[in-house]
Amino acid sequence: MTLLVLFVTFFKIGLFTFGGGYGMIPLIQQEVFAHGWLDAETLFRYIGICESTPGPIAVNMATFIGASQAGLPGSLCATVGVVLPSFVIILLIAAVMKSFRENRFVKAALRGIKPVVAGMIAATGLYIALKCVIVNFGALSGMSPDLKQIGIAAALGLSALIWTKALRRPFSPILLILLSAALGVAVYGI
Amino acid sequence: MRRRIVELFAAFFKIGLFTFGGGYAMISLIEDEVARRRGWIGEEELTEVFAVAESTPGPIAINCATYVGYRQAGLAGGVAATLGVVLPSFIIIYVISLFLDRFMALTVIANAFRGIQVAVAFLILRAGVRLIRRLPVSAVNIVACALAAAAVMAVNLLGWRFSTIWLIVCGAALGLALYGGGDRA
Repeated sequence: MTLLVLFVTFFKIGLFTFGGGYGMIPLIQQEVFAHGWLDAETLFRYIGICESTPGPIAVNMATFIGASQAGLPGSLCATVGVVLPSFVIILLIAAVMKSFRENRFVKAALRGIKPVVAGMIAATGLYIALKCVIVNFGALSGMSPDLKQIGIAAALGLSALIWTKALRRPFSPILLILLSAALGVAVYGI
Repeated sequence: MRRRIVELFAAFFKIGLFTFGGGYAMISLIEDEVARRRGWIGEEELTEVFAVAESTPGPIAINCATYVGYRQAGLAGGVAATLGVVLPSFIIIYVISLFLDRFMALTVIANAFRGIQVAVAFLILRAGVRLIRRLPVSAVNIVACALAAAAVMAVNLLGWRFSTIWLIVCGAALGLALYGGGDRA
């Protein structure tokens, strides 16, 4: 039963994800919490690992969450689920490439989807950021700033700024994650 | 034909293995491998493929693999290329998942991940901001974007039981209603 739920859930995620890997994070987060699969901290840990390993983040997340729920069969079901919608849709489009891109209804729908997806991703990022730097964020009482996390955020922001402006190099996600890991160890100890 | 299928699998396996940082990072590797080195597809057609990949759901890497594979060797090619691009991720992540719990029991790793959490938030926020900055400035875009952001916040904070898939469906409906009749806007 879990296997079927994993397949269906990730099929749904694969079908409604636009805008690259990050586009699926709001949806994944919602589905994972709704099914009670992971807590927030574990989910963010998974995202961090999926960012720093090769391959599309969607596939990584599906494999990871599937494995956490039902081992190897679970990861297979989730991964096939997330890939299948793309696969089928692209096969259909490959047959009628030109007319698809120039179809005015396709264009119109996409113009509407773009701002929605952008807003969803930004809000998810903001939510996760606030959850990082504020203890008990979202609770009715007991919210307080987490100074150590704020320190890490400030150090990361500063490094990114120096790296891109002064050295004029792109600040890759892997570099950012390695640096943040080092900062985590420096702040919280070994 | 069989050789071509093996080649497709191998090329996309390599692409899957060496791309970090999600779909957009993959684009240059795919260009290099598939268009320049192997000449499987013209650069112009590949640009079209990227545009289609962006406008269809699902990871860009998968979309490209399926398309190029299908064009080269039909359905079997599409399957081989897609499997190729997915397999490295699958194997690596599955192996990590086996050891994660033992790994996380080490304090130093747990502390490193408290730092990584900040980086994850930063990356997602940055991706969102970049998408917003690429949007043409118009009242419709601003309102749609703000409403979607507010809805996601409400779902997160207030525990609304409302699937964000509906936001995408509403966006598509809005686009069709506003722009579907022609190029007035």
